Amino acid sequence: MNVPFGFDASLAVLTLAVAGYAIAVRESFAAVIAFISYGLLLALVWVRLSAVDVALTEGAIGGGVTGALLISAAAKVGNGVADVSRPLGRVGKFFIAFLCAVITIGIAVAFLSLPESAPTLAPLAAEHLPSTGLGNPVTAVLLSYRAIDTLLESVVLVFAVVGVWTFASDHHWGGAPESPGRDRPEEPLVFLGQILPPLGILIGVHLVWTGATEPGGAFQGGTILAAAWILTMVAGLTKPPSIGGRWLRFALVGGPALFLGIGVAGFVIAKAFLAYPEGYAKAFILVIEAGVTVSIAVALGLLALGPPGRRLP
Amino acid sequence: MNALTLAGLSGAALIGMGLYGFITNAHLLRKIVAFNVIGGGVFLLFGAVAHRGAASGMSADPVPQALVITGIVVAFSATALAVALLLRYFKETGTPFLSDNCETSGSRSDVERS
Repeated sequence: MNVPFGFDASLAVLTLAVAGYAIAVRESFAAVIAFISYGLLLALVWVRLSAVDVALTEGAIGGGVTGALLISAAAKVGNGVADVSRPLGRVGKFFIAFLCAVITIGIAVAFLSLPESAPTLAPLAAEHLPSTGLGNPVTAVLLSYRAIDTLLESVVLVFAVVGVWTFASDHHWGGAPESPGRDRPEEPLVFLGQILPPLGILIGVHLVWTGATEPGGAFQGGTILAAAWILTMVAGLTKPPSIGGRWLRFALVGGPALFLGIGVAGFVIAKAFLAYPEGYAKAFILVIEAGVTVSIAVALGLLALGPPGRRLP
Repeated sequence: MNALTLAGLSGAALIGMGLYGFITNAHLLRKIVAFNVIGGGVFLLFGAVAHRGAASGMSADPVPQALVITGIVVAFSATALAVALLLRYFKETGTPFLSDNCETSGSRSDVERS
């Protein structure tokens, strides 16, 4: 890619400025909006590092879903009135800024003094790519070479949902999370809630399917499916589900359970945990990705909704 | 100076800025935002360091990319947990700030119920 240096420089300046605004601005709502822009700008920086898979993840999760989560939190807690019993004086702030600058300079010096040639596993990853039947080396790392990382990662999401649910009050247990939108959503929002989810589902499924050969994959696709779901709830078209629902819980743990099941079956059919039989690797990977995508979408949606806050009638 | 060096230096700057915000902002939601700014910087620095190994035929080393993708998802899980903790704290105390004299005499939501 032939991009003038000016583009990279302005992108870096813009990213730092937006991050600085997110830190320095007074209103927490403005800080969250700046943070979302920061996530999208970071995604652009990742594209410039030729890491399109990371860019999609950063844009969808780092900017999008995290943004949705933080916006609803900011709307609930507001700015608050600070307890000024022990304010941080100007000298204190300056001292902290100085120490943080020292850390930044230290990291920058360490980064610039790295040797030219770096150790890399890229040739090894490229060499064995044909045996997985995949065309995207990142998907090969995620679901074949280091499948155990991805298995544990999908379990982390389930644990996070369990962790969030534990913050429910006792008398709300078994109920549903509060609706993320207003009682009477504005008409444009309802319109978007009707028109965008079909597109979101299409793009989400496409990203999962194409992830085998091109940038994309279960996490990026699952996030977009989750976003479509959240949008319908914000627009008041669907209600948050009761956390006790059997289908909901099945969808939540189904993906990791399927992944684990195929992993254990690997002992029999391919002589190792999480190994795939020769020639069928791609088929197994696609089945796992399909299951994991559903669980990721449900888990991300539930994490954005928060703990149950009302009882179902 | 190229895109790679610039990304590494931006990562270093973002870590410092995020750390400053994390320490000086008393508002708990702002601390969560600042922590995620640090996270973005760490990922970017890692990506820039790892990208130097991409010379061997590929546009980028896939192993560190997979690591960063895993990292972003786990960071979101941790953020969701932190936000849930903050909202519960806010419900109990009515303030998004940590206080020295936190009253421990029964929570507000329990009082509302009785």
